[in-house]
Amino acid sequence: MEHYNMNLTLKVWRQKSSNEQGYFETYQVRDISSEMSFLEMFDVLNEQLIKENKEPIAFDHDCREGICGMCSMYINGKPHGPWHANTTCQLHMRAFKDGDTIVVEPWRAKAFPVIKDLVVDRTAFDRIIQAGGYISVNTGNAVDGNAIPIEKDKADAAFAAAMCIGCGACVAACKNSSAMLFLSAKVSHLSLLPQGDPERKSRVVNMVAQMDKEGFGACTNTGACEATCPKEISISNIARLNREYLTSSLTAEK
Amino acid sequence: MTWKQVFTSSVGKKLVMGFTGIFLILFLIVHVGLNACIWANDGGEMFNKGAHFMGANVVPRILEIGLFAGLILHIIQGLMLEASNRSKRSVKYAVSYGNDGSKWYSRSMGLLGTIILLFLILHLSNFWLPNRANQGFLLGEEINLYEKMKVEFSELWVVIVYVLGCISLGYHLAHGFQSAFKTMGVHNKKYHAMISSVGYGFSIIVPLAFALMPISFYLGWVN
Repeated sequence: MEHYNMNLTLKVWRQKSSNEQGYFETYQVRDISSEMSFLEMFDVLNEQLIKENKEPIAFDHDCREGICGMCSMYINGKPHGPWHANTTCQLHMRAFKDGDTIVVEPWRAKAFPVIKDLVVDRTAFDRIIQAGGYISVNTGNAVDGNAIPIEKDKADAAFAAAMCIGCGACVAACKNSSAMLFLSAKVSHLSLLPQGDPERKSRVVNMVAQMDKEGFGACTNTGACEATCPKEISISNIARLNREYLTSSLTAEK
Repeated sequence: MTWKQVFTSSVGKKLVMGFTGIFLILFLIVHVGLNACIWANDGGEMFNKGAHFMGANVVPRILEIGLFAGLILHIIQGLMLEASNRSKRSVKYAVSYGNDGSKWYSRSMGLLGTIILLFLILHLSNFWLPNRANQGFLLGEEINLYEKMKVEFSELWVVIVYVLGCISLGYHLAHGFQSAFKTMGVHNKKYHAMISSVGYGFSIIVPLAFALMPISFYLGWVN
């Protein structure tokens, strides 16, 4: 792919803290290489701001390899930008052309309050995991990985669900700010495997209760989450969660 | 896990929407089948016989209570969910996601449902209410509904409102039919293609048949 440089106009959401009103600030960046990642372009912009004695833009990032789930920008109306099955850190500037205007917003959901600029608080996801997204095991030596036979298609489906990196793009894309794709990935991942079976009933009930408590919306199966998910988590996991929930509630003792 | 916990959870609320939705879909089959008797073109004889059975027999009258209960539950729960879901994002996006990720009608179930509700108010006051009022709400003589249809559907604005109501119903069903099954936990691949094709077929054929009824009267296709 041919290399080129571009000048861009950026409209970036700035917000000093969760208590203050945010606003859009417009920036110009020049000579951006098409081979840069989107976050490297933000590094350039921040260098520029520091030189001008201005406050750099706060944004989340960690591995920059598309596997940690930290980056979280809503770019031109899409979580993680225009590319399919991609994270912001793996979005490259060749997705844009010279003279483009790019609007960058934080994830917007009540359950994900803005901490600063483009950084949102996603600890609600951690609390959902704490409510049941685990298996209890006795201490001692690790059991041999192949000791429990698991059907290949179930192992594959569980692995596909386990691909979720918890970035929150599903919540950002959903018109209801629902966390159901995230939650269903976690529930599916564990309930498909024999190791997750003993706690499957309490898991789904407790995790849904925590999700509701955190202030996420209800799922209406629009499919926006699946379309934007960087790890291509299937919306059929949500139907699986619904089945788990229905079964758990109907067969509960009281 | 108590029933209260189930039905106040987000998944439980969706289950209410799904189950009542499927129940209302079943009602639509009965309704469209019975009303299609107008096309027997026998001056309404067959249609009126059916209408008489539905109005005077005790079984459909009892089922009618269940129908209204299901309908009201669907409406109230739907409106509450819509309001609650809308409140989960206080600052709106400057650039919206649009149609790339989801169909416009799947994002507009609240709006489409409200249009259908407004249509239903007109529809019930056109037919159900005068008929039941004439019966003294019990076992009196019901009115000639075929003649009533002729009168109502001679007005162009009524026909237009009915057609718009049917279009809204079609889009509401296009999402609702398959979404209800997902909510009830059906995700097997072998059912998926079948449910979505039956769903799309249903959401085109049934509203189209309903819409053709006022049009048939207006254009004089039935006598």
